[in-house]
This record gives sequence, C-alpha cells and structure tokens, in this order.
Amino acid sequence: MEAEAAKLIGAGIAMTGMIGAGIGVGNIFGNFVAGALRNPSAAASQVGNLFVGAALAEALGILAFVMGILIWIS
Amino acid sequence: MADPLHQFQIQKIVDLPDVTLPGLGPVDLAFTNSHLAMTIAFVVVVGFLALVTSSAKVVPGRLQAVGETLFGMIDNMTDGIIGHDGRKYFPFVFTIFLFILGMNILGMFLSFTATSQLAVTATFALLTFGLVLVVGFVKNGLGFFSLFWPTGAPLVMRPVVGLIEFFSFLLRPITLMLRLFGNMMGGHIALKVFAGFVATAVIGAAGWFGILIFPLSLGMTVGLTALEFLVAFLQAFVFAVLTCIYLNDVVNLGHGH
Repeated sequence: MEAEAAKLIGAGIAMTGMIGAGIGVGNIFGNFVAGALRNPSAAASQVGNLFVGAALAEALGILAFVMGILIWIS
Repeated sequence: MADPLHQFQIQKIVDLPDVTLPGLGPVDLAFTNSHLAMTIAFVVVVGFLALVTSSAKVVPGRLQAVGETLFGMIDNMTDGIIGHDGRKYFPFVFTIFLFILGMNILGMFLSFTATSQLAVTATFALLTFGLVLVVGFVKNGLGFFSLFWPTGAPLVMRPVVGLIEFFSFLLRPITLMLRLFGNMMGGHIALKVFAGFVATAVIGAAGWFGILIFPLSLGMTVGLTALEFLVAFLQAFVFAVLTCIYLNDVVNLGHGH
C-alpha cells in the first residue's frame, strides 16, 4: 500500500473517535430531557451544567477531529 | 472545487517592514486578514456597548434590553458559579465572552474566522490559565497546591487521585484552546464542503446526479448555517462558563466543596 493511501485511511480511522463523543453528548441531552420532564421546575437551573457537560464530552470528539486533520495535512 | 482549507489561510493585506526584537529575532508586523477580523470584532463590540449605554434609560428600549440581557447573563453566571467574589472577575469574563462571541459571529459574515486560528484561541486559553494561576497563588499562597490534594478520597488513594487532578489541571488550557478552535474550524469546513457539492451539481460536473445532489446539499448548507450561528454563541458561552468554573476552583479553595 502506498504511504499516501495509508495516511488517508489513518485520518479516516481517527474520525471514529467521534462515535464516543456522539454517544456521550446524546446521553447528556437525553438524560437532561428525561430529568426535565420529571421535574420541569428544576430544569432551568441546570441548563448551565447541561452545556458544560456537553462541552466537556464534545472536547474529546474535537481532539479526534484535530488528530484526523493533523494526520491528513501532515 | 476549491480547497475547503483555503479559507483559513493568513493573507497579508498591508505589508509592513519586519521589526527585529531583542531576544525574539525578526517579527513580521504585516496587517493580515486575521488582524482585520479581530479589529472589526473589537470595533463592533466597543461600538455596540457604547451605543447601548449612550442613552441609557430606566425603562430600556430594544437596543438597551439586548445589552442588558448579555450583561445580566454573565453577571448571573459569575455570581452563581464563583459566588460572593464573582463581581471582581466579571470584567474579565464579560470581555472574553463578548470578544469571542463577536469574532465567532463575524466569522459567519466575513470570509475569515479569527477564532478558527489556533494562535488566537491559544492566546485566550493562556490568558485564562494565567489568570487562574495568578489568582490562585495571590489568594492562597502555597495553599494553592491543596487543589491537588483531594480530601474527599481515602488516604491511600490521595496521591494517585491528586496526580490525575494535576494532569487534568495542566490539560485545561489545551482543551479550552482546542474546543473553540475545533468547533469553529470543523463547522466552517463542513459548510464549505457542502457548498462545494452545490457548486459541483450546478456546473454539471456530477451529470444527472446533480438533480439529486443539488437540493440535498443546498438544504444541508442552509441547516448547517443555522447550526453554526448556534455554535458560535454556544462556544463563547461555554468558554465563559469554563473560565468561571476554573476561577471558582482557586477563589473558593478549601471551602467551596
């Protein structure tokens, strides 16, 4: 296999790290909605926590994205 | 199709002569498109706040209400997260929030997004990290290091957990920098790729498949543009929230848990 092809395949595989970030962010928002339906009056106070949690989970997917870009353009 | 990474290239608008600084070597002082985008964001933010406060009334009009909502949102956030001392750190958080928000939103209108440059986001992350370190050492002295001594864990586990805490503390500026950079760059690449599909379909390079590709990718471009406006606000907000949380760690060290 050519080195160029292997590099592109590697960049593609690095993107699979986003699967985990997708599961994580989906979990956070799903659980937030489930909790908000049980106790709607407490939901508004937790929106800040919701976005911080989503941002922290998403950061790991972004790390995978940056890795993929680095492999692609290097 | 144009290269989707082309939009992130730094181009010189006005070339100024190099300056040689002692210890740093030659520094290129050219006025670049990144510089221009940041200057526009600065002017917009300062102009907006000056406009909002120029004819302040007790009962706010529309424009003043927008400014007060932004101000109140960050004020509530610093008070809610940092607590009693939050007001002291409000100017820093509000400045960084508005500047990042301005650059993110302008990135949707200009052809260049300043926050999609690693150098720009790294500067913000290092500013925040540096402020956390300075506040931590000034307020707590060497007691700052008790941040890495989790009193809630069993004694045997404390060195291990403390080591993990220490490394996650060192990773904070890196994740702060990469989150903003990755979100802005990723969003703009995706936009450009789908816009490129539209162009490919319209010029007929895809043959009759273009009839199928065109509406799908045009719809996707419109949807992604709307999403990018949300992301632009959300990332500025997340940056401000995380700044508050990191500041809270050192401001209320020892009695915040």
